[in-house]
Amino acid sequence: MTATATRPTAPPTSRPPRAPRVISFSQRLSRWDLKVSPYLYISPFFIMFAIVGLFPIAFTAVISFMDWDLVRNSGEFIGFDQYVWILGQAHFWTALRNTFSIFLLSSVPQLIAAVFIAAMLDRNIRAKTFWRMGVLVPFVMAPVAVALIFSNMFGDNHGLVNNVITNLGMEPIPWHKDPFWSHIAIATMVNFRWTGYNTLILLAAMQAIPRDYYEAATVDGAGPFRQFFSITLPSLKPTLIFVIITATIGGLQIFDEPRMYDQFGRGGAGQQWLTITLYLYDIGWGQWNFGRAAALAWILFLIILLIGLINLLVTRRLVRDEGRR
Amino acid sequence: MKLSRRTTAIAAVAGAASIALLASGCAPSADAEDDGGNVELSIATFNDFGYTDELLQEYMDENPNVTIVHNRAATSNDARANYFQKLGKEGLADIEAVEVDWFTEAMQYSDLLAEVPDSAKGRWLDWKEAAATDADDRLVGFGTDIGPQGVCYRSDLFAAAGLPTDRADVAALLDGDWTNFFDVADQYKAATGKPFIDSANSVLQGIVNQLETAYEEPDGTIVATENADIEDAYNTVVERAVPISAYAGQWSDDWFASMANGEFAAMLCPGWMHGVISGNAPEVTGWDIADVFPGGGGNWGGSYLTVPANGKHVEEALKLADWLTAPEQQVKAFANAGTFPSQSEAYEDEDLTGFTNEYFNNAPTGEIGIARAEAVTVATFKGPKFFQFHDALQNAVTRVFDGVEDQQTSWNTWVTEVSAF
Repeated sequence: MTATATRPTAPPTSRPPRAPRVISFSQRLSRWDLKVSPYLYISPFFIMFAIVGLFPIAFTAVISFMDWDLVRNSGEFIGFDQYVWILGQAHFWTALRNTFSIFLLSSVPQLIAAVFIAAMLDRNIRAKTFWRMGVLVPFVMAPVAVALIFSNMFGDNHGLVNNVITNLGMEPIPWHKDPFWSHIAIATMVNFRWTGYNTLILLAAMQAIPRDYYEAATVDGAGPFRQFFSITLPSLKPTLIFVIITATIGGLQIFDEPRMYDQFGRGGAGQQWLTITLYLYDIGWGQWNFGRAAALAWILFLIILLIGLINLLVTRRLVRDEGRR
Repeated sequence: MKLSRRTTAIAAVAGAASIALLASGCAPSADAEDDGGNVELSIATFNDFGYTDELLQEYMDENPNVTIVHNRAATSNDARANYFQKLGKEGLADIEAVEVDWFTEAMQYSDLLAEVPDSAKGRWLDWKEAAATDADDRLVGFGTDIGPQGVCYRSDLFAAAGLPTDRADVAALLDGDWTNFFDVADQYKAATGKPFIDSANSVLQGIVNQLETAYEEPDGTIVATENADIEDAYNTVVERAVPISAYAGQWSDDWFASMANGEFAAMLCPGWMHGVISGNAPEVTGWDIADVFPGGGGNWGGSYLTVPANGKHVEEALKLADWLTAPEQQVKAFANAGTFPSQSEAYEDEDLTGFTNEYFNNAPTGEIGIARAEAVTVATFKGPKFFQFHDALQNAVTRVFDGVEDQQTSWNTWVTEVSAF
């Protein structure tokens, strides 16, 4: 019995006219779903960003061209006068110098230390989790608490560090008088807080490097140093770029530590540790001159953008790409 | 990463722009609601005004339809930021306390504050009231406390240096002008080799507060750099006060630590400083207070209560502020927190006149305060930028003290700096 599927002996002479394609509402809905949903799902972030990020940034730009009265909520348009005023201030240039000095004194040792510690933690050591969590402890402490403890240590007359130094028969260090030493003290606080954090990020990246590379290198007779410079560092490149750029942004916006460094929080009598953000805060909240503060905020924004770009170019060049080796 | 630093800085940047958002976002916790004549009044103070729950309860018992909510900010700086971000908009308490340091800034907006009723006028010391009266002759601040300055000294250290120790003798010794004060200080330093007073900038504060005109004139003219008095004050402080001072400024960690270890023998001492001394050097015996101040009287600090004119219950708020700053209540606040009354009538009160301080060798601090308050004759005119000018001049003194710049260079730096304001 083979009555089931018989081939048509002859092809049909003509196809029936194709029915006009009608899409039901639910079909349409599901098509929209496909196209629109992803945007819908990510939109809360961008709506929030527009409200609390984009709007203030744009409004800051508007205010920076005005002589703004905070209480009366009104201002007078004066063009680029605020920018000209800021750039003509000796304090601004001092603040710029201090910011870069503190940034370099903190970021450079911090990243070198972080890479080193991460490399150590990446080895086979006992109680791994304990050590890994240990480096993160300083990060958990509130920055203001850190600043309080350290400012106690860096007191000029009764500070811990100077007490030890004078007991050893050396001259006390002028922590709050000399710009360089004040920068060292502030950079120490920053390093204390952020080294562990960077270490963990770099450690995570190191663990993602395939172990075969190291095995092969060992077989080829490469020592630990050669392995570190030829395998570990190049593989860390994307992570390092991320860490360096975020460190730059953070470093240029340093505020808490210099703010808490003395009792006035205004950068010292001779502006020894006045940073850009501290200066901005003082103009805004000390003198209630939000036009100037807004102009300074935009100048800072542009500086960070510029440094970020330079950073990216330099880092790309320094940390060689694996493929191009 | 660097979330904290980033957010702080972003907050600073964004905050400048999003004041409108902030103002509407931080509504007061005490939202006043009327129901059947009941009124909820909010009052915002800072530090300790001596307005205890018991004191406020007294008013609520007298006025059963009123409920008072008291918000206390930790520091005067927090209160200042809050005040100017919300003044003229919404969100301030019905009664807001203002410290004298930033009161001049608030006086720029005196049209946004409700006027003190006539019945209360004349209650305060003349200079206290004059400072809260604007160009249109409207009194907009209810004076609370003042800081009449005496001289606190360590009688044990005075004895070691061969100076008199009894508080009447010390008053006689220091009575006179600043030159006399510095001569005594030099004498002390010659005998002991140690600094006489705690900080050079407290002397600057004392001298500037005795000038009629400091940095600005009432009509808004800025005279800071041309004012010979200011230059004299600066030179006097640098030449005579810096060599005999332990520190440039007050409130550093070192300064607090020094109060207990006898690094210096005397301090210029407003009433509220008594608690700072006894709190930081509880073990030390020998602190005493002399009823004297170089170059006449001097006042440092004090506060006002203000009523924002766009509040929901301005009438009721004025009544409460009136009651709180009446002499009887202010004397109670003094007993609670040591805030010295600014109302002349309070000086008759036995609770005040009979007040002694055990820590300071049972000194009659009530009587000394009254005598010091009455010795104040000059009310320095403080314009809206007083704080900026004065702060910059204090920095100039600090630079010389720290050896960062010499006397003339530091003065020139100050001149350049303030010309930019």
